[in-house]
Amino acid sequence: MRSFLAGLIGASMLLTGCTTKNEGPKSRLDLIKQRNEMVCGVSGKIPGFSFLKSNGTYKGIDVDICKAFAAAFVGSPSKVQYRTLTAAERFTAIRTGEIDLLSRNTTFNLSRDSINGNSLTFAPVIFHDGQGLLVKKNSGITSIKDLAGQAVCVGSGTTTEQNINDAFEAISLPYTPIKYQDLNQVVAGYLQGRCAAMTSDRSQLAAARSGFKNPKNHIILQETLSKEPLAPASIGGDQKLSDAMRWVIFSLITAEEKGITKDNINKKVEIAQNNPQLKQLRRFLGVEGDLGEKIGLDNDFVIRVINATGNYGEIYNRHLGPNSDVPIPRGLNKLYTQGGLHISPPFN
Amino acid sequence: MKGLRSLYIQVGIGLVLFILFAVLINNLSINLIRTNLNFSFKWLYRPASFALAEHPLPYSPSDSYAWALFIGWLNSLKVIFISLIISTLIGFITGIARTGRNPLLKIIAASYITLIRQTPLLLQLMFWYFVGFLSIKGTLIFPNERILVLSNQGIKIFGDINLTAEYSSLVIGLTVFTGAYIAEVVRGGINSVPRGQWEAFRSVGLNENSGVLKIIIPQALPAILPGLTSQYLNLAKNSTLAIAVGYADIYAISDTIINQTGRAIEGFILLLLSFLFLNLIISLMMDFFNEIITKYQKV
Repeated sequence: MRSFLAGLIGASMLLTGCTTKNEGPKSRLDLIKQRNEMVCGVSGKIPGFSFLKSNGTYKGIDVDICKAFAAAFVGSPSKVQYRTLTAAERFTAIRTGEIDLLSRNTTFNLSRDSINGNSLTFAPVIFHDGQGLLVKKNSGITSIKDLAGQAVCVGSGTTTEQNINDAFEAISLPYTPIKYQDLNQVVAGYLQGRCAAMTSDRSQLAAARSGFKNPKNHIILQETLSKEPLAPASIGGDQKLSDAMRWVIFSLITAEEKGITKDNINKKVEIAQNNPQLKQLRRFLGVEGDLGEKIGLDNDFVIRVINATGNYGEIYNRHLGPNSDVPIPRGLNKLYTQGGLHISPPFN
Repeated sequence: MKGLRSLYIQVGIGLVLFILFAVLINNLSINLIRTNLNFSFKWLYRPASFALAEHPLPYSPSDSYAWALFIGWLNSLKVIFISLIISTLIGFITGIARTGRNPLLKIIAASYITLIRQTPLLLQLMFWYFVGFLSIKGTLIFPNERILVLSNQGIKIFGDINLTAEYSSLVIGLTVFTGAYIAEVVRGGINSVPRGQWEAFRSVGLNENSGVLKIIIPQALPAILPGLTSQYLNLAKNSTLAIAVGYADIYAISDTIINQTGRAIEGFILLLLSFLFLNLIISLMMDFFNEIITKYQKV
């Protein structure tokens, strides 16, 4: 009895430490501006998305999205503090307020968005992905059916885990999931032969394969097990922050559509200033109207964003384009005008 | 006068505890309402929809979260129970060797203890798993296929007991680690026995082995047991590092469940309670042993 009581007291002390006080301004956006710095949750382990380079800086499409937000919110892409988070930690980090927002190849789905689920709010999708399977070329495996009864390495605490299960259930075949907490361990388990295949989003498979000794000895199977729209996220119920995030992403897409790039942005601003008849361009760049103010930002936020990162296409090419370290064909991630899925509502 | 003072102290401590609880519960409920989290355990009955590589009882992804958690608890138990027994054996043998007369055994035991105690357990587990098991090419057979086969899929004993690489490396890692600590506890216990006892058993003509086993160890046990209990409790808690080598223990499964359902507070409370329960069982068992030993010594 005595040790039970002692345990109970210990448990209660632990829980007291977990709770946070409600203080400060209402929206997280005000807090970011007041602090003059943004805290962004990233993975730090996925080349092309967010990767810690040897000189201590972060690089990747997720990182550039953080920079775009920081340029819009606090005026400079360098006023960002990055936090590396595992898949399992990321939602708790948002809930407890440890980070302002999450830009960590996170799949947008119902349970994460809903108030009775993870209670997040998602910004528009920045990368349309799908789950795939990576196998050794000489293994003779050509489809998921060939994996019946074999071990598959998978990262735990992700939608990946559920998708691979659904895929095997659908064809009523048994398999053995070997679950690791970290993508690096999944890769190690696969390369050392613990599993016949590893599964993850195709982009992550491509990124991981780029680091192998002989990338050509491994193939990604044609089958796509799921759709994985990856999107930045913030805490649910904070409209001011989520609106601002949403329109920063849309501004990247609109800029690509309008052909506005990092190089020609200053020229475009000049054109807008000198031609009062170009209403759409003037509104978009904040030369006229108050679209920025409406979402709690400065009217010229688009100019700052494009100056910092370039448009969506430029960000994509820098990290995932044909000349990058992790080339992934653009496919679904083209603009809607070119047969892809990226479209922005009008800046009106 | 003295009685009155101790009464005041007790009332004071009671009051502090009460306030602590009140603040905790108040704080928790206010924050739960504020963040719109309705505290409930209904989700436990929903289907888990993830598969498990190892399950001592029948399990399928359409079973409930509650059942998945229970399977995880059993998986943890499977590791803890076996590791407890083997690490006790390793610990006692090493501890005795360390205090014995054989210089070679003494050096081996001392270097094992030093090596293991100076490196972190997480690193050791990764070592056993990634370097130990996964880098085995093909199969290693000792001495023939019917007895022991090692491969990067795990251990096969007597031809039909299959232990996965994850389970085996976790058990090996935990026993080797805890064994070193138990050895130190055992050494401390043996050193607490007066030197005269050695001379005593030698003078009545007992040889070294049976002297230590029959005369020294029984007298050392009361000093060993408390330390042993805390090593056992540590072992149980350290088993949560299973997640590092891909073994589906209760912590790994809770982790997945919390991620899927978003029920972090409920999930952690369940996790906390299941470990409290487990460690209380270990404590009670050790108390029971202690009682038996003290009785035996008094006779």
